[in-house]
Amino acid sequence: MDKIPILKIGHFLMVAIQVDLYDRLALNLEADLIQAVSKYNAKGVLIDISSVSIVDSFMGRILGNIANMSKILDAETVIVGMQPAVAITLIELGLPLKGIQSALNVEKGMELLQQKLPAEAPLEDDDSTF
Amino acid sequence: MKLDTAKILQKKKKQILELWMKTQLVDFSLREDLMSNDELSGQSEELVDALLQTLNTASLDDAQADAFEPVRDVLDGISLSRAKQGYSPRETGMFVFSLKDALLGVLQQELKNEPVQLYEESMKISRLIDNFGIATFETFIKGREEVILRQTDEITEISTPVIRVWDGILAMPIIGTLDSSRTQVVMENLLQQIVDTSSTIAILDISGVPAVDSLVAQHLIKTVSATRLMGAECIISGIRPEIAQTVVHLGIDLSGIITKSSLASALKHAYGLLQLEVRKSIANKS
Repeated sequence: MDKIPILKIGHFLMVAIQVDLYDRLALNLEADLIQAVSKYNAKGVLIDISSVSIVDSFMGRILGNIANMSKILDAETVIVGMQPAVAITLIELGLPLKGIQSALNVEKGMELLQQKLPAEAPLEDDDSTF
Repeated sequence: MKLDTAKILQKKKKQILELWMKTQLVDFSLREDLMSNDELSGQSEELVDALLQTLNTASLDDAQADAFEPVRDVLDGISLSRAKQGYSPRETGMFVFSLKDALLGVLQQELKNEPVQLYEESMKISRLIDNFGIATFETFIKGREEVILRQTDEITEISTPVIRVWDGILAMPIIGTLDSSRTQVVMENLLQQIVDTSSTIAILDISGVPAVDSLVAQHLIKTVSATRLMGAECIISGIRPEIAQTVVHLGIDLSGIITKSSLASALKHAYGLLQLEVRKSIANKS
């Protein structure tokens, strides 16, 4: 069974989707990711979909779900590297993915998450002494 | 004694050509400004040559016959080049029809004593030349249509340029009405450029859009949402007062979109988003 690796970078989690997401895989990803957010107390989730060329409404919903669930666990979700064709498809499907932030590439996505962090910066010290 | 028309005409080629040139030169529609007389006689000779050569094989009875293909090719060439030179279709048509006078003139001389044959042959030649005349019209129109098609393509190509105004800022002036197919092109172009230049801000200038109705607004909103999905911000600029009025009267909600009245203010806003500052440099005058 395929598994999509979830990488932990500092306070953030990063997922790079590099295979075609079939429904089961997407559901597993959703569950794993939320587990990981809770386990590492992550402040942000970065999902790289630059190699995804096909999306359907289900995939759009999963992405929306991940964002909403992370939000409840106090983590921001950023989707990076969306292909123009994918963006157009999502819009045509009527899924503007409200509540999800996007960035052009991983670098800019990281920047975006870092910007969200300063408010929580004092926590960082606590974490390190933990 | 019956004489063969084709043979007569071939024998009298020089005379025909001279007669034809004379008719053309006295014609008031002669355009010396577009073509020199040498060039004109060259064209005429080419056409007469082709016609007389095909008369060997082709019968005068059937003007549509494939045997006249070489003549039609020559006519096509002449018609196309004349269309490009700025001749009117009437002038090109007259050029071909005046050949009839020359041919019939020669034939009349040769068949003076055979009125019945003269009549029959005249009718045939008449029909043949009429046919050629129509062919030139067709080619002329085809040539024009090709020009129109090419221009249409060019308009779609050039009407959606994406301009890089600054590092990370793209501008796209939209000129003309936005319909669904245009929006698709605009969106694809813009999004692709955003990826290629990894720009974070796109400015959509609609000062060239004549009217915004609910459909156009829908298209604009779609484009903005798609840009946001990609992770870039989209600013709509160039909104004229009339457009603002229609948008509000139609009850279209543009509150989620950054709108500016001019490209300048959109650019200013973009600088603000990128934390850039434009200042007047203080010249060292002292």
